Amino acid sequence: MRGFLTLFYKELLRFWKVGFQTVAAPILTAILYLLIFSHVLEGRVQVYPGVSYGAFLIPGLAMMSILQNAFANSSSSIAQSKITGNIVFILLPPLSHFEFYLAYVLASCVRALAVGTGVVLATSLLFVSLPLEQPVWIVVFAVLGAAMLGTLGMVAGIWAEKFDQIAAFQNFIIIPLTFLSGVFYSIRPLPEFWQNVSKLNPFFYMIDGFRFGFFGISDVSPYLSLAIVGSALLALSCAALLMITRGYKLRA
Amino acid sequence: MLPAIEIHNLSKAYGAVQALPTIDLDIPQGEFFALLGPNGAGKTTLISLIAGLSKADAGYVRVMGHDVIRDYRQSRRALGVVPQELVFDPFFSVIETLRLQSGYYGLRRNQQWIDEILHNLDLTSKADANMRALSGGMKRRVLVAQALVHKPPVIILDEPTAGVDVDLRQGLWEFIHKLNSDGHTIVLTTHYLEEAETLCTRIGMLKQGRMVALDSTDNLLKRFSGLKMRVRMVGGAPPESLRPLLAAPATTDEWVLALRDYAHAEQVLAELRKSEREIAGMELTQPDLEEVFVSIMRGE
Repeated sequence: MRGFLTLFYKELLRFWKVGFQTVAAPILTAILYLLIFSHVLEGRVQVYPGVSYGAFLIPGLAMMSILQNAFANSSSSIAQSKITGNIVFILLPPLSHFEFYLAYVLASCVRALAVGTGVVLATSLLFVSLPLEQPVWIVVFAVLGAAMLGTLGMVAGIWAEKFDQIAAFQNFIIIPLTFLSGVFYSIRPLPEFWQNVSKLNPFFYMIDGFRFGFFGISDVSPYLSLAIVGSALLALSCAALLMITRGYKLRA
Repeated sequence: MLPAIEIHNLSKAYGAVQALPTIDLDIPQGEFFALLGPNGAGKTTLISLIAGLSKADAGYVRVMGHDVIRDYRQSRRALGVVPQELVFDPFFSVIETLRLQSGYYGLRRNQQWIDEILHNLDLTSKADANMRALSGGMKRRVLVAQALVHKPPVIILDEPTAGVDVDLRQGLWEFIHKLNSDGHTIVLTTHYLEEAETLCTRIGMLKQGRMVALDSTDNLLKRFSGLKMRVRMVGGAPPESLRPLLAAPATTDEWVLALRDYAHAEQVLAELRKSEREIAGMELTQPDLEEVFVSIMRGE
């Protein structure tokens, strides 16, 4: 247990020491998104009845920040340690496979939730106040989303042998899946084909369920979103644990 | 008593390259063992298998009786490894690095031992320095400190003095020697053969993944290398009777003769006297590990 707590603490310390880059910068980016999009589209678009576009956008931006930062935390930490060789300090001690997995994923969740909370607080204080219709759903989807992307980041970090492979994973998988998941729009007005395509994207369910917590309105049932996100997290966790247990690209 | 390290039928290949064909080796507790070999001989592969950083294709390794795969948590607790590469985490200071490493092994109140290690490795003044700010030699000391932070009964040092100045080398060996005297088993790989000769009680030599020599340091020195007599003569080539003893091609006035032992020196001197040549100078040299190593690696 002590070994797990130390690795968890080390991962927290690692991102906290560069907090401007890892926490403050993503919050600022989300504020800039909101500033620009809400300025351009406010009053012209109403996605949900009685909900301004700015208010609609905030949960999407917060969830997008949660997902991207959860992924960035575990993937960059593991890839950096592997490439510089200092992962040996984690591989030599008697940490169990599950402790290894949990420490990285929990640290990713902490960073992601710090950024997500910062985005919600800053944007709702600066721009528009948000309702909190179902706060439990907010917490559930924020935690599950962060854990899922933290786990995906872990898989990517273990798989990658070069920094540009991590960048490619982020640019060609994470960002497109996030942008096409309903951060900036609801899928309801989309043609049926694109609605169905959107429903194949697991990120859509995280954002839709998260948004349901604020407005009590969603494109699909939050229970369906919970089932899909939970299943995706379980599958990714199994994959990550299998990689760690077998020493895939960790223990030659 | 259980061996500190028990290696049985161990083999490892990387693709088509057979890094270790088959290795059997027991290292008793309390031994100071040297693992020598040229670059690419398989030393680091063997260390990685002992440390659980690589997985063997066949065979097993036990550390203090614990299988490194099945009982990996117990075996890792018993082992400290100084890696060959100069690796560090640039986010942390020296003291943070050591506290974290201590925590990974489940140790909470370990500050006293950490302070002792810092003192013995002359790192106390650098405790709060960031790892990036340290010189290569200092980083190497931190690697040693990290390996010792959980007081492992078995310590593997993979070229711990590469790039380290003479002062630190001396201090490091004093500290390691003290740990060995306290009962810790030490396994050392080094390219400084005089270190291995001075410190280690037993030596294993690897060549292309095979253990080509394994014996006590004294026996290896006796077995593979005799005394050498360097003589400077006035007047002509060596007599025919001594030519078979030439260890190197003779110059006109200097010959190096290989002797079996000190008694043999008497016979050689008698031959020289008989030849009526004048001896201008003479020196007897003891065998050293470098000669043994070179002989074995050349397959002599």
